[in-house]
Amino acid sequence: MNSIQVNRLGKKFGDTEAVKDVSFNVPEGEIFGFLGPNGAGKTTIINVLCTLMSPSSGSASVNGYDVVNQRNEVRRSVGLVFQESTLDEYLSAEQNLLFHAYAYGVPRDVRLQRMKELLNLVDLWDRRKGKTRTYSGGMKRRLEIVRGLIHHPRVLFLDEPTLGLDPQTRRYIWDYVKDIRKNENLTIFLTTHYMDEAEHCDRIAVIDNGRIVAIDTPERLKDDVGGDLVAIKSSDNENAVKELAESWSLETKVQDDLVIFSVPRGDEFLPEFVRKFKGQLLSINVRRPTLEDVFLKLTGRDIRDEEVDEVTQLKQSFKYRHR
Amino acid sequence: MNEIYRGIWVVAYRELLRFVQERSRMVTSFAFPIMFLVVFGAGFNRIVGPMTEGVDFIQFMYPGILSMTVVMSSMFSGMSIVWDREFGFLKEILVAPISRSGIVLGKALGGSVTAMLQGVILLTLAPFLGIHLTALMVVKYIFLVLLLSLSLSGMGIFVATRMRSQQGFQMVMNLLIFPLIFLSGVFFPVDNVSPWLQMIAKLNPLTYGVDAIRQVFLSGDAGLGVTVMGYKMGIIEDALIIGVLGLSLLSVSVWSFSRQE
Repeated sequence: MNSIQVNRLGKKFGDTEAVKDVSFNVPEGEIFGFLGPNGAGKTTIINVLCTLMSPSSGSASVNGYDVVNQRNEVRRSVGLVFQESTLDEYLSAEQNLLFHAYAYGVPRDVRLQRMKELLNLVDLWDRRKGKTRTYSGGMKRRLEIVRGLIHHPRVLFLDEPTLGLDPQTRRYIWDYVKDIRKNENLTIFLTTHYMDEAEHCDRIAVIDNGRIVAIDTPERLKDDVGGDLVAIKSSDNENAVKELAESWSLETKVQDDLVIFSVPRGDEFLPEFVRKFKGQLLSINVRRPTLEDVFLKLTGRDIRDEEVDEVTQLKQSFKYRHR
Repeated sequence: MNEIYRGIWVVAYRELLRFVQERSRMVTSFAFPIMFLVVFGAGFNRIVGPMTEGVDFIQFMYPGILSMTVVMSSMFSGMSIVWDREFGFLKEILVAPISRSGIVLGKALGGSVTAMLQGVILLTLAPFLGIHLTALMVVKYIFLVLLLSLSLSGMGIFVATRMRSQQGFQMVMNLLIFPLIFLSGVFFPVDNVSPWLQMIAKLNPLTYGVDAIRQVFLSGDAGLGVTVMGYKMGIIEDALIIGVLGLSLLSVSVWSFSRQE
């Protein structure tokens, strides 16, 4: 069964089309990621799916409920973590969770047990009485993630869950997210513009300018780039180029003192190549293409071009957090 | 229907929690009215005193100050919507399975209960001003204060749905609050001033709220009961006016909030 079904979804703000004709399905239990630069339309799609915005065209359903006509059913069945902090920082962690439990009508006997279980899961049980304004960025994030789980949602939306956190904290958050998926058996839908994070997903959709340009597992997306990248250095590069063209019919590119080419399976290619190569090899380097290569190939530009936006966004989140 | 009730209760619960946790708000709720009583009481006694025959001017002003405190507190309660929007928490409320009208009514209820609590705290001043409280007075007072603050929090919430920043909200509220309060008979008996001022004061709905609360504490003629077209308003009539005002303000707030967010 599909947890999320999106059919030709479009969203306009005035004259700008933020989301254009987007369709995809997310099967139950999957970690599904939206990868794309800031402003690509990721948050808009999340907002439509969690009923905060209505679509301009097309339709979408979450857990089988229509996001326009069955808003309350959708809301009850999803958990949400927004890009910016949405905690009440003048309340304690416990009070924030209680508020959430009341708002979602979680029964009394479930409420307390669930709170304890979840706070323990993210190692915040001992700090539950502390006001959340005294929490670090990573602690707030963890708290927000489990807050979204109190009412036993079947889909968890995470909008840039690690934005503005340091690399170590980001890794921890991922460990927690994976634990949660295992324990709760839920579907996770997340957006990110960090390439390395997209690797954690079962499937990703690469989104650019409001359109999905590719959708597949990270592995297969990388295969589509054209396999592994091999760089060799030999005592005579000119001959090497010739030999590669003649005996292996490979197209090569010479960059500095390296001869670079790509083969479908680098790991299988290398042993044979080393055995049969007539020249003298000085070094060999094989690397899998990264999602960065994927994004570059699909959109013709580097996702890093957009990083300036991230600084602006960070500044904004600072404004939110320091009052 | 469930989405409305749960919304009202959970939103109001948080407002109260925040109020109880912020001790400074309880202290200021005491300090401000005392300041007014002392400064204005001393300053205006000579001028306004003669208009309030039979009652000490401080005693005349005290119920007015009570209503002023309650009115200000409830009107500013809308601030928490602007605050929540600015700091993100409003999103957490908006995606919960509770209705928009529940959120608005919950904010209004939370705001008016905190205003009522402030009003009740201020009752402790009564003995020092020579006003003897009875249980009936307190019950009537609490009822009127809740009605008044529920109505006026509607005004605060309506403004809040239109404002994106706290500064903006504060500016607009000050612009509204001061004329409303100064022209409401807090500081003078409405029937005994010049006709143009009477006219403005009698168009101001707050006048009737102040008058109702004053009638709870004071008896006798001393500037009590506003005369409208020859008819002397009693507590019930005053309360009706405030109730109608509240119903319309709250409906407008619900409409505006549902449309905007």
